[in-house]
Amino acid sequence: MNPSFFRRFSLNAAGVIVFIGAVFPVLWMVSTAFKPNDEIFSVTPHPVPFHPTVEHFDFVLNGGIADVSFWTYLRNSVLLAIVTVLISGFLALLAATAVARYRFRFRTTFLIMLLVVQMVPAEALVIPLFLDVKHLGMIDSLAGLIVVYVGFALPFSIWMLRGFVAAVPKELEEAAAIDGAGSIRTFFSVLLPLVAPGLVATSIFSFITAWNEFIFAYTFLDDQTKYTLPIMLQYFFGRSGNEWGSIMAASTLLTLPVIAFFLFVQRRMVSGLTSGAVKG
Amino acid sequence: MADTATLVRGAPATPAPPTPSRRKWPKLKFGPYLLILPTLAVIGLLLFWPMIQIGIMAFQKVGTRQLRGEPAENVGTQNFTTIFADDEFWLSLQHTLYFAVVAVGATMLVGTLVGLLLNRLGKRMSTFVAGGVMIAWATPPITAAIIFTWLFGTTGGLVNWVLDRLPDWLVGGGWLDYNWFGTPLSTYTVLTICVVWQSFPFVAVSVLAGLRSVPGELYEAAKVDGSSPWRTFWSVTFPLLRPIFMVLLVLSIIWDFKVFTQLFIMSGLANRDAFNLSLYAYSEAFGSLSPKLGVGSAISAVLTVILLVVTAVYVRYMVRQGETA
Repeated sequence: MNPSFFRRFSLNAAGVIVFIGAVFPVLWMVSTAFKPNDEIFSVTPHPVPFHPTVEHFDFVLNGGIADVSFWTYLRNSVLLAIVTVLISGFLALLAATAVARYRFRFRTTFLIMLLVVQMVPAEALVIPLFLDVKHLGMIDSLAGLIVVYVGFALPFSIWMLRGFVAAVPKELEEAAAIDGAGSIRTFFSVLLPLVAPGLVATSIFSFITAWNEFIFAYTFLDDQTKYTLPIMLQYFFGRSGNEWGSIMAASTLLTLPVIAFFLFVQRRMVSGLTSGAVKG
Repeated sequence: MADTATLVRGAPATPAPPTPSRRKWPKLKFGPYLLILPTLAVIGLLLFWPMIQIGIMAFQKVGTRQLRGEPAENVGTQNFTTIFADDEFWLSLQHTLYFAVVAVGATMLVGTLVGLLLNRLGKRMSTFVAGGVMIAWATPPITAAIIFTWLFGTTGGLVNWVLDRLPDWLVGGGWLDYNWFGTPLSTYTVLTICVVWQSFPFVAVSVLAGLRSVPGELYEAAKVDGSSPWRTFWSVTFPLLRPIFMVLLVLSIIWDFKVFTQLFIMSGLANRDAFNLSLYAYSEAFGSLSPKLGVGSAISAVLTVILLVVTAVYVRYMVRQGETA
């Protein structure tokens, strides 16, 4: 056995350990969700269910969690996330075009402001925003939450999207202008198709922000029929803390869409957050 | 190293935003202002105005009557004297600080080691491991908290079972019915593991992206000079990646300082001994039948000021790096 083989072997072994450490909690969640109750609480835990069952999923999906159907929560969550994506995507595209294509007074100020507001603790703002929403009579309204989510998704979306807009060669737009296209036409026929991948990445980011959000939904929503999936999960967890099979089934249903989206978008996300951190 | 920035950005390679030309595109005088106007309105209304409100409400009594629409009464610095005289506040602050130090330290350490490992692995293995690491990152905070509560559960929890099986001379005995959520220290131990598990991937992937941008010749030169891996890391890798480490450090501090959802799930509002600042503020504001939004705002103001100081360091750094150019 030569040393280079040994080194490669130990590196790969370390890689496998990291992989297992990273995915194990999620696998354990999925595995618990498919286990019958006697296996969940057996004296010797099994890594995989010996007798897989969908009873917990059946329980969650068919209204066992609360008096309201699971599909209502799912609809609320999807609706919130999609509207947040559409509004913040549109506004971010406008602002990203402004900072990537124009040089104007306060441009730097605007960019610095975007950095600062990304750091504002949502946990602190929940108190005044609750008061505002209450005074506006928008407690229990998904619209109130959408507005808040747009606010929190927007700064990062702009930051991420401006790189994509800047990457579109300006000559293309100039060519369109020479051919007589107006600014609106140029925007829709030239810029929009070219930044579409960036828009997709940004949209998934906003989607995840809205989909995962807990504290505002928990504070603003009182009526059970308005709950989102995370609030449903917390409510169920708080009420029946020992029904781990059903809790894990509900967690699985909440988590898998996010993981799928995330794996799709992650590279762009890293580059958005730390872009340019290394410059020669 | 002109093209390192491009590499760090990953795919698609978005070059540094070119300096916009003076030629207006398209010819609209107020164009850029119109384009950023909606964003300014949203951010102003949802982020700036509430921050000012925190500043105002911290000096007011805002309770049930104010929630019904009555005007708030000014109480001067009373909210602050109340919280500063409250042991709960100092305990929460202590928890917040200790947790941030330990969690940030562990996140940076684990993340950097995994990033270095990913860089050394072969292409396919690296992609495979990075994919797994992404899964930890992608898990929503609320499910992460619930999964770890289950893993560390008293009845049927996997961790207690494993610890019970390990030899007593190594880990001690009596683990089978150990309640991890009984004391602040053990609660924070679980919280730290949960938060580090979720946040090390971001550090790892960023460090990996940075490492890929370091020219290989530098390492060859270090090798020729007989540098040990330890020495190479501190003399070559670390100085080159210092900007990345700086950004990661600041972001981690900010994220770990205000952790709410995970602690809320694991410990909850009833367990006052284990509060951190966010939970303490929330509990004062909404936790009881007589909400005290003024006191909650005062605590939030303290939290916000601390975070703004950290943010100031971050922004100064980003400006110096030319990110706002």
